[in-house]
Amino acid sequence: MSISDRVIAIIAEQAVLEPSDVKPDSTLEDLGIDSLGLVESIFAIEEEFDISIPFNANEPSASDFDISNVAAIIAGIEKLVSEKV
Amino acid sequence: MKRVVITGAGTINSLGHSVPDTLEAMREGRCGISELEFRDVERLAIKIGGQVRGFEAEGRFNRQQMSLYDRFTQFTLTAAKEAIQQSGIEFHGELAARSGVVLGTAGGGVSTWDDNYRSVYEDGKNRVHPFVVPKLMNNAAASHVSMEHNLKGPSFTVSTACASSNHAMALAFQMVRSGAAPAMLTGGSESMLCFGGVKAWEGLRVMSKDACRPFSANRNGMVQGEGAGVFVFEEYEHAKNRGSDILCEVVGFAMSSDAADIVMPSKQGASRAMAGALADARLNASDVGYINAHGTGTAANDKTECAAVADVFGKHADDLMISSTKSMHGHLIGGTGAVELLACIMALRDGIIAPTISYEEPDPECALDVVPNEAREAKIDVALSNAFAFGGLNAVLALKRV
Repeated sequence: MSISDRVIAIIAEQAVLEPSDVKPDSTLEDLGIDSLGLVESIFAIEEEFDISIPFNANEPSASDFDISNVAAIIAGIEKLVSEKV
Repeated sequence: MKRVVITGAGTINSLGHSVPDTLEAMREGRCGISELEFRDVERLAIKIGGQVRGFEAEGRFNRQQMSLYDRFTQFTLTAAKEAIQQSGIEFHGELAARSGVVLGTAGGGVSTWDDNYRSVYEDGKNRVHPFVVPKLMNNAAASHVSMEHNLKGPSFTVSTACASSNHAMALAFQMVRSGAAPAMLTGGSESMLCFGGVKAWEGLRVMSKDACRPFSANRNGMVQGEGAGVFVFEEYEHAKNRGSDILCEVVGFAMSSDAADIVMPSKQGASRAMAGALADARLNASDVGYINAHGTGTAANDKTECAAVADVFGKHADDLMISSTKSMHGHLIGGTGAVELLACIMALRDGIIAPTISYEEPDPECALDVVPNEAREAKIDVALSNAFAFGGLNAVLALKRV
């Protein structure tokens, strides 16, 4: 599975949706994922890829990690995975 | 001052997953203590406990709930649901706004601490699930009960080791009696039966390897249990106007502190708590027919408790019955007073006194009627429930037949 498919699978599980219902332009709000669901998703993604995501729930917009929609999240993960030695 | 009655009861413990099942086991003098089953149990010196069997979170709770509910919260929610169903009380409007939840627990989410310490220390992982804190916090159970049943008044958790539930119920009683709240959910829960939870107790060298035998001359220590007990405490007129079935009345309580030793019990502290509960309830010592003892099965507790009963009740100490149901369900630590309150309700309502099982040899230092091994029929009007905690913190409740 590609990074994109693996991230979508995690987000879909969190949202209790089929992966096909998770579109690149979906926002977390569209998918019904609240703040607790977001930190749970980030935890699951960190576990899946063995990476550390720079995300602080106090100031999501100030974090160096874009969560504005699914495509942005996937791009961020791909970058973190590529930087992993 | 308002009168306070109990209109609902719920429990889960090693004797049963409901109040009827638990009371049946107490009537029959069944023992819920058996070989412990969990990871790494072979590394323990103490391998017995009153463990809840056949309780699966799957099917009861959804995935999101399971990620947030430690086992002590799962037990609490299960017991709270039974209590509210029996009571028939529905929390909305003004009643919801003023009613709350006061629960006792000594350890809170012990197995959540245990699992995650194992993960970061033993397995060397560097990251834990984001809900570890909201799952393990001592007030998690009280908070989830408030959310599940729409209780928006005063809610909090009391932690006084083995007296946690009695302190919690005493506070709930005070709130309803004073008029501060029309109804309160109260009781407590504990779930320490995991490797770290039992290992810590082992260290104190007060645990029995074979059985809990309160008041018996050959007693050799306490046995841990787990589970929850939750009750609906309700203002009498409110309960009567709803036409609810009243299980019994809570008539008094007292708390005292030994101010002496962090683990050794004190006769004076226990006496002051029992005498205080009688005074608060405006009862005479001779009114009491049954005492649900703290009765841990340790050398120190049982003789101290019996001496305190002799002091407070004088000659009447020989006429009343005193039993320790810990011999059956084990010591539920912060949840124990809540499960033991069920034995008081059974005594008052059904006229059946739960026995002290595993009783083998009389001890001259515990020369009271401890209802050995078999339940007994007796009509009584007033019961006391004792809890004397590590730290010397004591809480005694007085209950009356309605």
